[in-house]
Amino acid sequence: MDRLFRALTFIFALAVLALAALIAFELYRNSVLSQKAFGWSFLTRQIWDPVEEDFGALTFIYGTLITSALALLLAVPVGIGVAIFLAELAPKPMSEVCAFLIELLAAIPSVIYGLIGIFVIVPIMRVQVQPFLIKHLGFLPLFKGPAYGIGLLTAALVLAIMIVPFITTITREVLMSVPREQKEAAMALGATRWEVVRMAMLPYARSGIAGSVFLALGRALGETMAVTMVIGNSTHIQASLLAPGYTMAAVLANEFAEADSELYTHTLIEVGLALFVITIIVNGIARLILGRMKVAPVS
Amino acid sequence: MDLMNPSALGIQAQNVKAWFGAKEVLHGLSLEVLPKHVVAIIGPSGCGKSTFIRCLNRMHEVVPGARMEGRILLDGEDVSQHDPVALRRRVGMVFQKPQPFPTMSIYDNVASGLKLNGLRSGPQMDQIVEESLHAAALWDEVKDTLGKPGTSLSGGQQQRLCIARALAVKPDVILMDEPCSALDPIATAKIEELIYALKKSYTIVIVTHNMHQAARVSDETAFFLMGELVEFGATSQIFTNPAHKKTEDYISGRFG
Ligand SMILES: Nc1ncnc2c1ncn2[C@@H]1O[C@H](COP(=O)(O)OP(=O)(O)OP(=O)(O)O)[C@@H](O)[C@H]1O
Ligand SMILES: [Mg+2]
Repeated sequence: MDRLFRALTFIFALAVLALAALIAFELYRNSVLSQKAFGWSFLTRQIWDPVEEDFGALTFIYGTLITSALALLLAVPVGIGVAIFLAELAPKPMSEVCAFLIELLAAIPSVIYGLIGIFVIVPIMRVQVQPFLIKHLGFLPLFKGPAYGIGLLTAALVLAIMIVPFITTITREVLMSVPREQKEAAMALGATRWEVVRMAMLPYARSGIAGSVFLALGRALGETMAVTMVIGNSTHIQASLLAPGYTMAAVLANEFAEADSELYTHTLIEVGLALFVITIIVNGIARLILGRMKVAPVS
Repeated sequence: MDLMNPSALGIQAQNVKAWFGAKEVLHGLSLEVLPKHVVAIIGPSGCGKSTFIRCLNRMHEVVPGARMEGRILLDGEDVSQHDPVALRRRVGMVFQKPQPFPTMSIYDNVASGLKLNGLRSGPQMDQIVEESLHAAALWDEVKDTLGKPGTSLSGGQQQRLCIARALAVKPDVILMDEPCSALDPIATAKIEELIYALKKSYTIVIVTHNMHQAARVSDETAFFLMGELVEFGATSQIFTNPAHKKTEDYISGRFG
């Protein structure tokens, strides 16, 4: 019975691996036309012309990387800050309730975040944030141009809101798992509350925090719906963060239905393949960090 | 090399009571620790030894629901009037299980308290780190590996590292809660030698379950039982001619 069970679970585990391999293979097989036509330069060219069937994915790669990076930049300090507050400062019942609510936030479908983006965040961006940035930082190419409301920065902000729960939930947990003795060791040296956090808690929890950040990054890279709704879907790279852009996931979602030629379809699937590879790597790193942390708490 | 500390201070505890929630675990203890003396606190498990010394640097009150009453005077000043953070910089503590900061190097562990005090890295910090490691009798063993993690050391070395960390901020008093209970006899002997050397400069309160250790290192001994101070006096007298029957029973191993 036990052996049967072991064999079964082993087979299931293999099946999962086989599934991942199969996905990779199918993505590869269904994008060969694009690979033949454009080679590696597919990843470095900006052109996106379905009429002439001339394709390059750089706009989407750029859009994906820049929105995810910006989202992390916004979400990491907030997420960790909230986690510190919940783990260390908030009264226990409040911490529990907040943690529960924050976990719920992570479960909201992304199309809802997209709607909130369109109806709440875009107007605020258009009327307040973007004009402010243009006025005060407009001398930088990053903050030039008309205030559309939508755009890379808006997409990054929506993404940031979506990934804060991931960072906060895991960071809170690893902070709470810091042994009391470590905190007391810092306190006994005359550390203030904040110094205890800085000296004994954050370093102790750092690999868990890094894991949560990579997990959040993986989520941000692959996020489709919410981003598609607010990024503006422009196939040109512009220096300004206020300008509309595009991401890999968004172009797939938008254009797959209208891809009328085989090459066009293969091109989109190659974008999917690139996204698949990037997210697998990022998530792999996250799992490695988080996994290692569990087996090797400091002696 | 020696960290001379002319200002080592005495402690007076007056009618100290302590609670965890509604449970009273210290029922009014009074005792006096003279400057540059070593006082050992002995007593069976759960009698309140840790609670008592944690009252001395106000670590007791960081436990949720815990509180104390009575007065503790450090150099004649009531510690409840001190900022607890400032107080703990004058009253160092060494715990039962060595608690080096795992992500810090040996050097950074010793320097951690100095950094809290706002000292910047530099020759002065190097010097204090070296002095503290000397004073903790660890320098010769780690002088070539200061950059290695503190957790790479053996248990006994880690404990001496923690003592060095406590010494680096030049406290007036050092509290030790069973500092040797996680260590082997050789490491224990080293720490005992160290305590003997340190008392030239520091006032020390040490909790121990080891009668021989108490007899070897301390000037005075306090025997606690169920949150009460049963007997307090010169160590030589407590161990040769205790005034109370219970003390005698305990040190001769008849209970506890
Ligand atoms: N965090 C806590 N919450 C509630 N009660 C506690 C707590 N810590 C200690 N106590 C209780 O307070 C009493 C005194 O504990 P304390 O740790 O001071 O004893 P001790 O003499 O140091 O014992 P040991 O020799 O085992 O270390 C014990 O009855 C213990 O159960
Ligand atoms: Mg104890």
